[in-house]
Amino acid sequence: MASTPQTIGAGKALEVHGLVKRFGALTAVDNVSLTVRAGECLGLLGPNGAGKSTLIRAMVGRVIQDAGRVLVMGQAAGSTDARMALGWVPQELSIYPRITCRENLGSFGRYYGLKGQPLKKAIAWCLNWAALEEKQGDVAKTLSGGMKRRLNMAAGMIHRPRVVLFDEPTVGVDPQSRNRIFEMIEALRDAGTAIVYTTHYMEEAERLCDRIAIIDHGRIIAEGTKDALVECSFGKRSQVLARFDGTPDQIAAWATRHGGRVSGETAEFTIEQAAEIAPLLDDAAKAGLNLIDVSLRRPNLESVFLHLTGRELRD
Amino acid sequence: MIALRRDRGAMVLSFVLPLAFFSIFAVIFGRPGGGTPTVKLIIVDEDKSHASQQLVQALKSESSLVVMTAPAKERKSAPQPPDYTAATAEAAVKAGDAPVALIIPTGFGLHPISFGPDEQGSQLELLNDKSDAIAPQIVNGLLQKAAMTAMPASMAEEGMKYTDLYVGGFTPAQKAKVDEELAELQKLESDGKTGDSATTSSSGNDNTSSGMIQVKQRAVVGADKKSPMISFYAAGIGVMFLMFTASGSAGALLDEAESGTLERVLSTRVTMTKLLGGKLVFNTLLAFVQLVAMFLWGWAVFKLDLFTHLPGFVVMGLCTAFAVAAFGMLLASACQTRAQLGALSTLVILIMSSVGGSMFPRFLMPESMQKAGLLTINAWAIDGFRKVFWYDMPVTALWPQLSVLLGIGVVLFVVARRIARRWEYV
Repeated sequence: MASTPQTIGAGKALEVHGLVKRFGALTAVDNVSLTVRAGECLGLLGPNGAGKSTLIRAMVGRVIQDAGRVLVMGQAAGSTDARMALGWVPQELSIYPRITCRENLGSFGRYYGLKGQPLKKAIAWCLNWAALEEKQGDVAKTLSGGMKRRLNMAAGMIHRPRVVLFDEPTVGVDPQSRNRIFEMIEALRDAGTAIVYTTHYMEEAERLCDRIAIIDHGRIIAEGTKDALVECSFGKRSQVLARFDGTPDQIAAWATRHGGRVSGETAEFTIEQAAEIAPLLDDAAKAGLNLIDVSLRRPNLESVFLHLTGRELRD
Repeated sequence: MIALRRDRGAMVLSFVLPLAFFSIFAVIFGRPGGGTPTVKLIIVDEDKSHASQQLVQALKSESSLVVMTAPAKERKSAPQPPDYTAATAEAAVKAGDAPVALIIPTGFGLHPISFGPDEQGSQLELLNDKSDAIAPQIVNGLLQKAAMTAMPASMAEEGMKYTDLYVGGFTPAQKAKVDEELAELQKLESDGKTGDSATTSSSGNDNTSSGMIQVKQRAVVGADKKSPMISFYAAGIGVMFLMFTASGSAGALLDEAESGTLERVLSTRVTMTKLLGGKLVFNTLLAFVQLVAMFLWGWAVFKLDLFTHLPGFVVMGLCTAFAVAAFGMLLASACQTRAQLGALSTLVILIMSSVGGSMFPRFLMPESMQKAGLLTINAWAIDGFRKVFWYDMPVTALWPQLSVLLGIGVVLFVVARRIARRWEYV
């Protein structure tokens, strides 16, 4: 059944309005709303079990929502037009291991209704984009981990979607391949594709994402640019990280006294002004702690996440 | 399809294995002309009289018996072992060398035939292995036949003795006539002009046997067919392996579900119905190609008459392939993992194949089992192929089998589609 195009907000490629999804007593997605514009990359950060996967699946149209709606290029998620406009790169390697790269792309291309010359062109584009031209005749299971990831990504791009969902695309990938993947995503974004990117790695979000939404227990608890999120959580405060040579109990006791926290051997504080550092270190010395090194930095997304959720992102 | 082409192991299992099994069954059961299987019989002639030798000769001429009077040589160059004795014959039956042994005692020739309950004729001893219930019955039946046809003079002589007794005695003239006729009969017997005068017509269709009751045998079905069971086992074994292949192939759905590929495919323009429909079509064609390979093999190696039955074969083959493909899809959609599918499909397919007649002809089963077989795809497929290849029926006569197979396929596919909804949405 053809769907009536909804009014597309200016440049809004993906819209989620009041989405709710429950599994029995568990509310996996709790009244989530967000938008992604063309040419924008939205990072979706959250620990395991936060609801990211369910939210992604709702965007793909694989979820029967209890409330709310999802629109892809103004069409209801799951409709034929929405499916053609959206590409999904799942976290699992969802490719056919026993056929070649080229054959994989050909299969997924046909699933999107491509055939003949358009399909050949699309395959050629994907192979080039994913730097797999030399491997196009190789059976997928013989590829390295990084190449499999790139093929996984290419399979989601075969129909040149305008919105792409990347679900942790760099899991288990070596740094070189990861860098290559970043370049691929940046090229897409620069070409005007709207991207939703989920990750556990802060540095990826900081590099690729124009805006970040932090999700926890099914709710968006913060959304904005990295600087906006840091400003919101910490204002103008900076972070001091100090490493000491002392017993963990000593370091923890000293840090707690000054409103900080300990992560391994490193104590973390936030300060308004640099002048606050000296009294802190004096007190540490009096407590019998030998300073190894100290650094001053602006809080990052990791700090924001910890501040908002009380947990490490990779917990 | 690409993955199957590249997977040599799967190709072997899909095509070579069924051909191997079919060949084994065809060699075992596809003897030309069909008929009673041969029985090995050890004969010990302790009497060595004219009558006993005639009896032994008559038994040797029976095509259903393989008569051994001495053990086989261990090597071609070895000397011929001595004839069996009663003791060695018994030992041979116990050792499994033959299922039955016949001991003709000394004195048999003096009184070979006994008429009536009071007569004390010679008693032959039949030693047998009780696990083979058929062999002693066959030997006993053929023994009675051989006695009547190979020793007519002895039969007549004993008959005359009874007549003499119960009519109150022949007159001297009657006695002389009887003796004259008996002497003539004994002369004919000695010259070998008595015995089963079975005649076979040139076409091999008719048999006329002489005996107490004259019987003329005429084949009304399969008169010109050499191996009746080849097409049966091509269909029977074929359907069974088709089911294994179909369930294995449909199991690719579970692999896709496990790897996440299925979910990815369902996020494209492909709906679950289209996906399952596509797999059904592929698996139907795969199954049909398997059947074609099986029957071509039967034609090439076992002289199965395939090409004069092509329309019936194609129609039956496609409908059978459709039914087993849908069956495979149902099994796959009902299981959670490949391991589960493997266990369930093995169990279900073996039960269906044994009840449905893939391993043993249904017409030899008890009535209740024959009816139970009608619940299986195997039974309908085999019946249809028998109609085509054995009874030479036209395609129009296949409508019961075709409609049942198509109906089974549709129903199973609909149920599979219904069950597959668990993968459609979260």
